[in-house]
Amino acid sequence: MIRPDKTDRALLNLLQEDLPLTHRPFAALAARLELTEPALLDRVTWLRDEGYITRFGPFFDAAAMGGAFCLCAMAVPAADFDAVLTKVNARPEVAHNYERAHRLNMWFVLATETPEGIAQTADAIERETGLKVLRFPKLQEFYIGFRVAA
Amino acid sequence: MSIDSTDRVLIEALQGGLPLVPAPYAEVADRLGLTEAVVTDRLAAMKSTGVIRRIAAAPNHFQLGMTANGMTVWDVGDDRIAELGAQIGALPFVTHCYERPRALPDWPFNLFAMVHGETREEVEAKRAQIRDLLGEARRGDDILYSTRILKKTGLRLRKRG
Repeated sequence: MIRPDKTDRALLNLLQEDLPLTHRPFAALAARLELTEPALLDRVTWLRDEGYITRFGPFFDAAAMGGAFCLCAMAVPAADFDAVLTKVNARPEVAHNYERAHRLNMWFVLATETPEGIAQTADAIERETGLKVLRFPKLQEFYIGFRVAA
Repeated sequence: MSIDSTDRVLIEALQGGLPLVPAPYAEVADRLGLTEAVVTDRLAAMKSTGVIRRIAAAPNHFQLGMTANGMTVWDVGDDRIAELGAQIGALPFVTHCYERPRALPDWPFNLFAMVHGETREEVEAKRAQIRDLLGEARRGDDILYSTRILKKTGLRLRKRG
């Protein structure tokens, strides 16, 4: 059988909805897919272990906690890429980081517990790498909710 | 809104993910010496204040075969961004859509819309739909494909004390 199969894909879609705060939240999902609760949990664990989902749990909003998020970008020379990457990723404030095909080739999101933390962290990365960190805080959000139809 | 020390302990316990067991909130409560009711009440409160957006899976679109991931970026007039951003954000294939500041002269774009697909052709077709929608309001645009996930951990609180 080729995995992820149809059931895995249906499950993946359900798992992108908000899990209820009930005693047995997975049992309700299992019923919707006509699976037993242990079979459903096995599948969720498999999807996570195989990397189809990188994480299952609460999505926290740093801004709502009194902190801030900021998308940042750097133009990193190819020869220095790995060294810069090590320095950037070592910071716990870096929540996500993507390489992109562009002159600005490193794009990362900072999540900090205070609004000032963004500038402090971005400035520290600039000092450490000697490269400019462009900052793109969101001014307005037009849609939220990452959904991949699997 | 700020979080207190119990919220903080709970966030630290859950930032790596929820345990994949039949009663995950009871399990977290056990680990932290709390009751399940305290855990679910706290989580409900954090949802209502927006500290928690939802409890869900973060899919890995590369692993799922969505290997073409394009950040489309557009330069539109500031006076029209609210109207146009709302229209683009409502497109079913746009997963994230934001207004962000330009960084002149390096970066003239102020509207960001994420588009994913199995191939770049598929992404380009969706990009063309956005271009059509913007029409003459589009002063410039670009697309940045992601070529590698370098880190994807989500929020991490710094350890205190």
